[in-house]
Amino acid sequence: MNPTIYLEVVVQGVLTGLVYGLMALGLSVIFGVVRVVNFAHGEFTVAAMYAAFLLFTLFGVDPLIATVPIAIVFFGVGYGLQLALVNRFVGRAEHEQFILLVGLAIIIVNGTLLIFGADARPVRLSYGFDSFLVGPVIVDKVRLYAAAAALTVAAALFLFFRFKPTGTAIRACADNLVGAAVVGLNVRKLYALTFGLGLACVGAAGALMETIADAKPELGPVYTLIAFIIVIVGGLGSMTGALVGGVLIGISEALAGFVLAPSMKSMLSFALLILVLVLRPQGIMGRRT
Amino acid sequence: MIGSLNPRARVLLLVLLAALIAAPLVADRYLISVLILIFYFAYVGQAWNLMMGFAGQLSLGHALYVGLGGYVSALLWLKFGVGPWLGVFAAVAVAAAFGAVIGWLGFRFGIEGVYFALLTIAFAEFTRIAFDHIDYAGAAGGLFLRVDESGEWWNLRGGTLLFYYLALALAAGALVLTAFLARTRLGYQWLAVREDEEAARALGINAFRAKMMAVLISSAMTAVGGVFTAFYNNNLFPSRVFDINRSIEIILAPVVGGLGTVFGPVVGAFILTPLGEALTALTGLFGINTPGVKGAFYGLALMVIIVLKPSGIWPWLARTLRLTEHRP
Amino acid sequence: MTKTITRRRLMAGATATTALLAAPPLIRAQPQALKIAVLLPRSGYLAQAGQSCHRGAQIAGKVLSDHGYRVELVHIDIESSPDVSRTQAEKVINEGAHCIVGAFDSACTLAIAQVCEQRQVPLSINIAAAPPITEQGYKFLVRNFPTGGMLVSNGLRLIKDVLDATKLAAKTAVFLHANDTFGAAQRTAMDALFPRAGLPFQLAESIAYDPRAQDLSVEVTKIRALNPDLVLTVTRAADAIKLVRDMVRQRFEPKGIISPGSPGLYDEEFFQALGPLADYPIYNIPWANPKASMSQALEAAFKPAHPNFRFAVECFNVGFTFEALLVAADGFKRAGTTNGAALMQAIRATNIADHVMIGPPIKFDDKGQNVGIPSAAVQSRNRTPTVVLPAEVATTTPVLPMPGWQRRS
Repeated sequence: MNPTIYLEVVVQGVLTGLVYGLMALGLSVIFGVVRVVNFAHGEFTVAAMYAAFLLFTLFGVDPLIATVPIAIVFFGVGYGLQLALVNRFVGRAEHEQFILLVGLAIIIVNGTLLIFGADARPVRLSYGFDSFLVGPVIVDKVRLYAAAAALTVAAALFLFFRFKPTGTAIRACADNLVGAAVVGLNVRKLYALTFGLGLACVGAAGALMETIADAKPELGPVYTLIAFIIVIVGGLGSMTGALVGGVLIGISEALAGFVLAPSMKSMLSFALLILVLVLRPQGIMGRRT
Repeated sequence: MIGSLNPRARVLLLVLLAALIAAPLVADRYLISVLILIFYFAYVGQAWNLMMGFAGQLSLGHALYVGLGGYVSALLWLKFGVGPWLGVFAAVAVAAAFGAVIGWLGFRFGIEGVYFALLTIAFAEFTRIAFDHIDYAGAAGGLFLRVDESGEWWNLRGGTLLFYYLALALAAGALVLTAFLARTRLGYQWLAVREDEEAARALGINAFRAKMMAVLISSAMTAVGGVFTAFYNNNLFPSRVFDINRSIEIILAPVVGGLGTVFGPVVGAFILTPLGEALTALTGLFGINTPGVKGAFYGLALMVIIVLKPSGIWPWLARTLRLTEHRP
Repeated sequence: MTKTITRRRLMAGATATTALLAAPPLIRAQPQALKIAVLLPRSGYLAQAGQSCHRGAQIAGKVLSDHGYRVELVHIDIESSPDVSRTQAEKVINEGAHCIVGAFDSACTLAIAQVCEQRQVPLSINIAAAPPITEQGYKFLVRNFPTGGMLVSNGLRLIKDVLDATKLAAKTAVFLHANDTFGAAQRTAMDALFPRAGLPFQLAESIAYDPRAQDLSVEVTKIRALNPDLVLTVTRAADAIKLVRDMVRQRFEPKGIISPGSPGLYDEEFFQALGPLADYPIYNIPWANPKASMSQALEAAFKPAHPNFRFAVECFNVGFTFEALLVAADGFKRAGTTNGAALMQAIRATNIADHVMIGPPIKFDDKGQNVGIPSAAVQSRNRTPTVVLPAEVATTTPVLPMPGWQRRS
């Protein structure tokens, strides 16, 4: 078989993996700092996909641009959700958080079914069917743009955590909660901020995802699982880890699908997850706590 | 939180049991079918509760054991004519083997909390996709049992009544087993390990062995539920029986009812299954025939319950109705 | 013979009337209408198809009564869950349903079938393709829907006809299918039937994809690497969009995309997503007969009731759901009673010539299966599914090879 085909498969895996990575980034931020298991993660992503669909259908806004307003709205939602509801579940047993978020997930799934109906909702972008020819390799325009946007958002978040004082404060909470409180950081507010940022990532990722996949109510659980796999494999609490994990899962699934049977490609991801959990639970880029 | 029932409560329990045994005489078939569901979820919820509520290991992949139990017993019946009363032993053995692997991986490598939960999910999903490709078991097309072999109750070929009493027996049996285990040395070891594993170890408890026992018993019990499912529904599809949504369904009743309590899963099942049916009836009554409304309310109900009663409804119920003697 | 009122006739009439009036209440109190419960997955992961079937059920009442059948319909959402299917079936029979129609999904249908079997209530299946349904020994169901095997064998024959009609030279093909219940049944049938079908092309490979995957780019790359002339597909609704979209992006233009029998290539969301790129795939499936009067009546009722949906796109789900109801209503008319056993016997003896889908009269074999349902070759033209073969029911001729992606406006 022509070797450039393999290169293409890898490229596809990388590009799609970057968008998944952005989605996982939101989960990593939330879980890494607030320590809440967001099992409604995929459903939030789907909600963002619908939001992008809505903005495109009603106002003709390209989802790439819509990531900004959607991220802002989701930030607000996350902030409010954390303060109003999730906060009292912080530190509580995982199964309680789980039920809370499962309930929320069920509401979102049925809500989107009610509002948007059962059909898949794609966006018809003018460049939606175009591709670049880079040497012998064909690269989709849509996937390339989405991946680039994902990187941009991730970079922005990274800079925020690295250099802005609030960002450092949040990292402090993650590293040493007691110490953070001792030095006078308003932990509750920082948690809300973090949840907001995490959901903002999800919002952006969902908007980008709408260009690649089509919004349907029942996609939630699939994305939740992918996000968790990436976060664990890449390393909890590590932002680069989420992106690296995304790319790794993207490539491995793409290659597995190409070389073996495509219907078995997820088996590889789950096997990888088991291996990482057993052998290196902090993930590829995580730090052992 | 293992309060023992006071005499008044014991009488109530016996009355309830008697009512359930006599129910088919007066209840209509719809009610019977709902009760079978309740008993089933009470049973598998109880099985899951042993692992989580008592040994503190969050399993979000319990559908794995249901599926394995179902497939093993169904295949033995279809390919070798081995009836479910024998097949159940093989089903239990296979499920326990998987449970042992998962337990061993988890405990030996110190995988806990969310990580352990994800491990269980990974095994369940991996197995689901694997079964989608095992032609011997019907692959994605499914496995089917014939329905025209009636009267052979020992092969679980029979009508609704057979399954009603079987499910009731399973649920009641699980209750008795849990109550019994809670009083044994193993049960107290579980409590100790759940509360503070390091302290338990310091006391000389073999935490690894205690946790493994919980996993083995839990997975074995759940497999029996799988056998029930296979012969009650007469069909198995990997994408349905191993699905993560089924795993989630299994844990809803025990958590809502009361984790780690003996009656929690039963109470939870008696609340959640009728809740779903009631919501369907209500939305129909108000003429709301739009799909999704019932589901949204169900999700809302879950959230409300967990916010208001995070430790479950049974402990609160027991206190309010003064059904237990409290141990200080 | 002219009808004249003779004294003999008058006497006969009077006697009969008196006899009727004096008859015991049992005979006089014949049920006025057949109460049919329609159980469909209108929420959950099968909602898209379930709601489409539901649109057919909603207009069926009127069309049936226009044709002299008396039915009362009750619509139930089974939430894509076999547990709910079972309890709702019991409930609806308690509330007086004489017959059940459903349920699109094989697992849900089987749960309902068991209830129907135990309570001796006929089940008329609208759509469910798992072959074993009519092999497990149920006595109280009929399936007016082809099995996976029937779909594939008819589909393969039609592929030959299409190739002959378009004079297309095809040397290789790749078969892509979802690895779910439906797709797996098709695959099994393909593996068994293709070698004997006498088609002029080779099947280079059969590829199964994960129905939960949100991305088919790798599958398309795999197909592209094999460079087949034809791509045979069995997809679910939303997957067909991704398939064609990635083909366009990867600049892969097969001479034809043909489905031996599955949804996806003609769902409204497919047309919405792809516009002119949605044209020219061919799908060989049972279809509404554009020349049948019942079909035209159904379409006439569909338009005003569902202005945002197109009958041409939905007629598969709508047609089969209507036919399932027709079978029940017709059985009731002949049985004259709602008694389960008698009704079932009448339904088994069904022989309806005037129906919606293309094909011979609706009849069931002793397992309750209608083995005579043919497929038609339907091609999307101008974003509208159009019957192209067989010629007796076609409204235009098939076009292959497909025009290139870039050349479409």
